[in-house]
Amino acid sequence: MTQPTAPQDIVSQHGLSQEEYQRIRTLLGREPNPVELGIFGVMWSEHCSYKSSRVHLKKLPTQGERVIEGPGENAGVVDIGGGLVAVFKMESHNHPSFIEPYQGAATGVGGILRDIFTMGARPVALLNSLRFGPLSFPRNRYLFEGVISGIAGYGNCMGVPTVGGEVYFHEIYNRNNLVNVLCLGIAQRDKIVKGRASGVGNPVLYVGSKTGRDGIHGATMASASFDHESETKRPMVQVGDPFTEKRLLEACLEAIDQDLILGMQDMGAGGLSCSSSEMASKADMGMTIELSSVPLRENGMTPYEIMLSESQERMLLVPKPGREKEVRRIFEKWELDVATIGTVVSDGLLTVKDQGNVVVQVPAKALTEEAPSYERPLAPPPYLDAIQSLNLDVLKEPKDFNEVLLTLLSSPTIASKEWVYRQYDHMVQTNTIVQPGSGAAVIRIKGRDQALALTVDGNSLYCLLNPYMGAVIAVAEAARNLVCAGAKPIAVTDCLNFGNPEKPEVMWQFALAIEGITDACKQFGLPVVSGNVSFYNETNGIDIYPTPIIGMIGLMEPARPMTSWFKTPGDRIVLLGDTKEDLGGTEYLRQIFSNERGTPPFIELEKEAALHTLCLSAIKSGLIKSAHDCSEGGFAVAIAESCITCEDFIMGAEVTLSDRKIRRDALLFGESQSRILATVPEEKLPELERLAAQHKVPFEVIGQAGGDRLRISVHDSSSDRTSCLIDLEADKIAVTWRNAISKVLE
Amino acid sequence: MKAHRKNVDTMTKVGVLVFPGSNCDRDCYDVIHQIFRQEVEFVWHQETQLKDFHAIVLPGGFSYGDYLRCGAIARFSPIMKAVRQFADDGGFVLGVCNGFQILLEAGLLPGAMLRNRSLKFICRQVHLRVETQDTLYTRGYHSRQVLRLPIAHGDGNYYADAETLERLKRNKQIVFRYCQSDGTVDEKANPNGSVENIAGICNEQRNVLGMMPHPERASELVLGSQDGRGIFASLFNL
Repeated sequence: MTQPTAPQDIVSQHGLSQEEYQRIRTLLGREPNPVELGIFGVMWSEHCSYKSSRVHLKKLPTQGERVIEGPGENAGVVDIGGGLVAVFKMESHNHPSFIEPYQGAATGVGGILRDIFTMGARPVALLNSLRFGPLSFPRNRYLFEGVISGIAGYGNCMGVPTVGGEVYFHEIYNRNNLVNVLCLGIAQRDKIVKGRASGVGNPVLYVGSKTGRDGIHGATMASASFDHESETKRPMVQVGDPFTEKRLLEACLEAIDQDLILGMQDMGAGGLSCSSSEMASKADMGMTIELSSVPLRENGMTPYEIMLSESQERMLLVPKPGREKEVRRIFEKWELDVATIGTVVSDGLLTVKDQGNVVVQVPAKALTEEAPSYERPLAPPPYLDAIQSLNLDVLKEPKDFNEVLLTLLSSPTIASKEWVYRQYDHMVQTNTIVQPGSGAAVIRIKGRDQALALTVDGNSLYCLLNPYMGAVIAVAEAARNLVCAGAKPIAVTDCLNFGNPEKPEVMWQFALAIEGITDACKQFGLPVVSGNVSFYNETNGIDIYPTPIIGMIGLMEPARPMTSWFKTPGDRIVLLGDTKEDLGGTEYLRQIFSNERGTPPFIELEKEAALHTLCLSAIKSGLIKSAHDCSEGGFAVAIAESCITCEDFIMGAEVTLSDRKIRRDALLFGESQSRILATVPEEKLPELERLAAQHKVPFEVIGQAGGDRLRISVHDSSSDRTSCLIDLEADKIAVTWRNAISKVLE
Repeated sequence: MKAHRKNVDTMTKVGVLVFPGSNCDRDCYDVIHQIFRQEVEFVWHQETQLKDFHAIVLPGGFSYGDYLRCGAIARFSPIMKAVRQFADDGGFVLGVCNGFQILLEAGLLPGAMLRNRSLKFICRQVHLRVETQDTLYTRGYHSRQVLRLPIAHGDGNYYADAETLERLKRNKQIVFRYCQSDGTVDEKANPNGSVENIAGICNEQRNVLGMMPHPERASELVLGSQDGRGIFASLFNL
């Protein structure tokens, strides 16, 4: 490294502002040297420091009787009873996946897995939430196929089932695709390990892969916007090796199981800089590291490169006193590198030496707690009024609703994601009792009559039109998916994907989305126990639509999951909840009229909560045989899916809706919230009706399942006449929905 | 059955091999232990002996990351010498998915595995037809019984040259074929392009079985099928 002569250049190369540079000088009482500046650059990056989001994130509810660890640790931890805990978190790998889709997505999976097993939990399920531009563009097909193979390549090899997720396609993601991955692990409550380097004099061990030159500045790259030169950032993307990670997983869990570990943290974003300073800082300690002890992949790496490398599959750990040898033995058995590279010290300083010469000496907390935090200006976007106004009068209802339904079912956002999940091993570990394709995935817990349901949800168009309501709906829909599976929601993780936070309208979207998540979570009594923020999803000045994704887990006792498809001909179909003229921001308007205006459906949280209580109680008392929530594409898509989502059979349905004095298209395709479509054996109808009345949930028997056609009619109350709106062969619906994505790709 | 292990009746313990990268080892262990209540033990790939075992399972996964070629590195693990000896002595060896690939690479079964025709990993339920009941693994099924078992692999496209194929047929070594739900064996039912829809084969002595589908994932109704139970039940004489 040469000494910088023009600090401004060097400072901005590290993604720091002049003010931040001055703050570093004040904290150190001197100029930082280049290695120190590099470390500050990564630790104070948006990605690692959450400097724009911290003030808002504080508002999220994080407490609850099940919460063992909230935000701040590697992942959130909630009690599920009987000495077990669920450990889970969601993370983004958006920027790397755009530059190099396979490796970007693969290392995204690798990173979130390490966050889970570093805490002592065995990962039991992966989900993902993905956003791409339309598949009609070749580049988007390349990104889509690359990301899916990357997720599959890493997750399958690790033996962790990828059990569910969601994929949306929209032009706004053409230059900024989103890859969010959620991982859930199960651990013994008394075996949880935290990322803390405690105990003065304790050795610090480096385990896993060797350190190479890959991924240097990865976190800084993830904290900047894209332009026409983004492709040149390819070398900043890390390269994944799931085989090493699998051995690392087994070795870490073996060491934790034998009670050998005091503290452990993975080297993800920010690499060794981040893990060492965070572990020391959290324990109010310091750490001294000797770089010549770090296992290296290549000769001649500088201290700067070693400290900033984001090579994958590495961990930093502090063994319990006197157990170092046993730890070494385990990692050596798994043929992994293990090296003692440092010591825990009491001075609070991160001291890095190279062959004994001090190359870095900074207070650990200067890198972590002292990182800047900004209350950035907020302002509603100037175009808000324009996009919120929607004149339905100029949108004539289509003549052929059959055609509309088939168009919606074949749009990749709504179509079956079978092409995707066929490539994921979703069965390994033999716990998957509801496979991808129903609303939520369900994982049983072996040896107990208990299961966990998982889902990820988010609708960015709603959030563009009204960030608060969009976020409320994301939480409500996630919870609705879980109750439809028969699980009681217990905790939330989030992945908040936004544009450039230095723009007031982006910060405004962010702040409102946080308020929405907060209010909805409070209503449902749900703590947010972990999460991730991804800003700067912006290319050439264009921001993505605000895309907060909610990951939620629910507890099911006993382990008897409910699924979304119709089961028995003759079962009565019931619509729970109210249908209004909610057309703003719908997939219907977007697909059929290329219209993205209006306001998203309004949601009344008390009503939504009552619906959830009703649904859970109806499932528990064995009244209903299927439950499916109405979301994108509205009622018509929900009922079509209930006919065709079962792999083993297809079943038609015949229903008649009351007209409610609203447009026919709103009846069919409007996206009114707080609605569930359920089937009930006829003899149990009265009991369900009583239960619905008790919970004050609107209840309408609309028809019955059976036959080989889907027929939807409407009863006009003024003329007392019934007319058929949709009449299609169920087989045709199924083929359209199932083959849509593979058709576009082939 | 041509070969019988000398003390087969007195030995009940099952060994599940663990290679670095195995990931169905725990699933196999759980099924044998929890569902069939048999004594079972993990065997680390560095071991050199297989004593007192009734049967050995090579589980699925990505041994050595499937780098180079599926199973190509695992076959050099020290334990494989012992597995060969165990098989030569008439011990029962079941290889599932990656375990099957390792058995092929080790030459304990004939043929080779290619990438799936689609070049993509495939995870789904398939139907299999039991082609022979004359193995210890399949004696509990009816002749031509159709089973529903899941596959999960990227390299399940079984290949054997004409001569080998002829020998497999002559000796009735083809144990499972991919089929339609009614038992029809045709191209449409072939998920990965394997020659003659082959999903599983045994050796001439009939004590070594390799199969791509996962019986351990189909041993409980709650997982969607329990058609795989017959393989374990037959093996444990239950």
